[in-house]
Amino acid sequence: MQIELQDVRKAFNQGRPNEFWAIQGVSLMLEPNRVTCLKGASGSGKTTLLSIIGCLSRPTSGRVLLDGSMLSGLPERFLTDIRRHTFGFIFQRFNLIQGVSVLANVMLPAYPLGLAHAELKARAKRLLEQFQLGGKAANPVEWLSGGEAQRVAICRALINDPQVLIADEPTANLDSKLSQELMGLIGELRETGKTILITSHDALVFDSPVVDRVVEMRDGRLSGEEG
Amino acid sequence: MSGLLQRQFYLVDFTLASLLRRKGKNLGLLLVYSLIVFLLASVMLFTHSLRSEAGIVLQESPEIIVQRMVAGRHALIPGEYLEKMGRLRGVSKRQGRLWGYFYDPALKSNYTIMAPPDRGLSNSEVIIGNGIARLRGVGIGDYVTIRSYDGDGISFQVKEVMAAESELLSNDLFLISEQAFRIIFGIPDGMYTDLVLSVRNPREVRKITEKMTLKLPDVRPILREEVLRTYDSVFAWRQGIVFVLLAGAVLAFVIFALDKASGLSAEEKREIGILKAMGWETGDVLRMKFWEGAVISLAAFLIGYLGAYVHVFYGSASLFEPVLKGWAVLYPDFQPVPFVDPLQVATLFFFTVFPYIVATIVPIWRAAITDPDAVMR
Amino acid sequence: MRPSIMLFLLFGAACLLFAATFVDSGLRTAGAADLLAQRARLVAELGLTDLGLFTEARYTRHLSQADLHSAFQDHPMSLEHFPSGSLLLPPQGVKR
Repeated sequence: MQIELQDVRKAFNQGRPNEFWAIQGVSLMLEPNRVTCLKGASGSGKTTLLSIIGCLSRPTSGRVLLDGSMLSGLPERFLTDIRRHTFGFIFQRFNLIQGVSVLANVMLPAYPLGLAHAELKARAKRLLEQFQLGGKAANPVEWLSGGEAQRVAICRALINDPQVLIADEPTANLDSKLSQELMGLIGELRETGKTILITSHDALVFDSPVVDRVVEMRDGRLSGEEG
Repeated sequence: MSGLLQRQFYLVDFTLASLLRRKGKNLGLLLVYSLIVFLLASVMLFTHSLRSEAGIVLQESPEIIVQRMVAGRHALIPGEYLEKMGRLRGVSKRQGRLWGYFYDPALKSNYTIMAPPDRGLSNSEVIIGNGIARLRGVGIGDYVTIRSYDGDGISFQVKEVMAAESELLSNDLFLISEQAFRIIFGIPDGMYTDLVLSVRNPREVRKITEKMTLKLPDVRPILREEVLRTYDSVFAWRQGIVFVLLAGAVLAFVIFALDKASGLSAEEKREIGILKAMGWETGDVLRMKFWEGAVISLAAFLIGYLGAYVHVFYGSASLFEPVLKGWAVLYPDFQPVPFVDPLQVATLFFFTVFPYIVATIVPIWRAAITDPDAVMR
Repeated sequence: MRPSIMLFLLFGAACLLFAATFVDSGLRTAGAADLLAQRARLVAELGLTDLGLFTEARYTRHLSQADLHSAFQDHPMSLEHFPSGSLLLPPQGVKR
């Protein structure tokens, strides 16, 4: 699953006086089955780039290619379908749905697929067990600690068995110990064949041995690479 | 279970969780909504039943009633008018009627006193309606006293109490002989309250009426069709208290809809963004919202309508009694016959469910179609 | 049990009750035919013209018989003072 960006640019409030170019010409090739880290200060455009790669938004110009075929021009219906099966997201603030149980949160991305209920439930339970959360399946998400919520977010990202995992500042709300644990989990996921893309300005992440490649961003452009 | 059906069940799962998150608010909303539907449906069922019943039962009303007007008021009519109106072909029977009102100051109630021609009552006997019997606590054999026009108290013995099943028509009736009537009210022989004409062929009624009014210029004829039409428009949707009720319900709903439409909270927007980022399409989000609206409005409709049906047709619409009774003391004890107009029910359903669902979906439309990257921020 | 399934069952039951009301209505109106006929006979016999719902005042008790001025009783400017009068309009014929 090779992802390629060709001269991608993204502007906000285009045509208006507060027009802002978040990304100003990024060309990038993401290798499959590697952990890549996008490093940069806040405002460098790394979150925007992440959302473009993950098909959560479209570039103003430029192309995004998945295994050689163009993604960025597709209508929403196809884009959503691809997004569902290709990308799993882990947000900075976890973004779990409040008032809903842990298990339901994990199953949520698969709801529109209309799979058999028992099967989906079993799949979600397996994932939770994999991440030592089996006993908390019925709990409301408000009861979870930071680390547990992070792991639930990972389970949710994995429910549709995506090829690529995208994590935005995954350690922002974790202490050092939990951050180390997280990096370990990411390493394990890579071993299972997944491609992982992380953004972070946390040294613990981009200096971690788990990360295969660090791409630095500054002011909407790539500024350097350390392999 | 097919994929499409399964998908709807998942969406409803989510919708229910979402609704239960604010249990108190949503439960309150459901309660109020059901109450509104209950009131509207009760009024609708009750008035339709009465209208239908009047339409059937009053078909046997006299074809033509002749009232004499003096100085714009209903006055006594002389028996000579029966001849004065001339030979009217098609009139099978013509006679004078005696009826009037009696106000009983002790019980503050109004009776309708009538002197029917063929009940075979002696001058000291009375047949009373069940309402009067209940009010005064009298039965067959007991005595009832009426004060006549010149101050004398005249006693009647109850010969018969009219059937409870006919209370809607007869609860306040007081039937006495003609002579007793004239004595009580001081009406001289030969004068009547009004005249009644029986016409066999309903198509001739108008023509007969025209001919008669030529001969009798000071009378006002009342046709059976007018009587029926009166009850057809009683409680019609555009009149009186029903209109106020409707207006109130509509107003309440508009306020609610405006409140909803005035914008989504940041939390709701974020939640939709998360769902879209998870892989839900715009269509899925909209369908989920549709179920949210449908669940509440359908529940409100079913609860309200079922409650109304039981209230009106098993509970005699007892909640309306104080309103209908007003200052009256006598009020008929009756169970409305369950006439139901399916078209009315369908209209109620449409106006209960459809606007609410629209009011639920429209505000989130914009959020549902935007790209989900706003969530990342 | 899954919440959506439970809701579905609840609604199903309510819909059955809803349908039952129509059945009940049909059965009972058919059964009331005798009662209505009985009342119609009373109407015919006594020459009744109105339902006895509003016994407050003359013009509310005999709605179809009320003349032009009854609603105004003592004074033409006298406003409606019987509660049930607010529910009823003057009969059609009077407007002529």
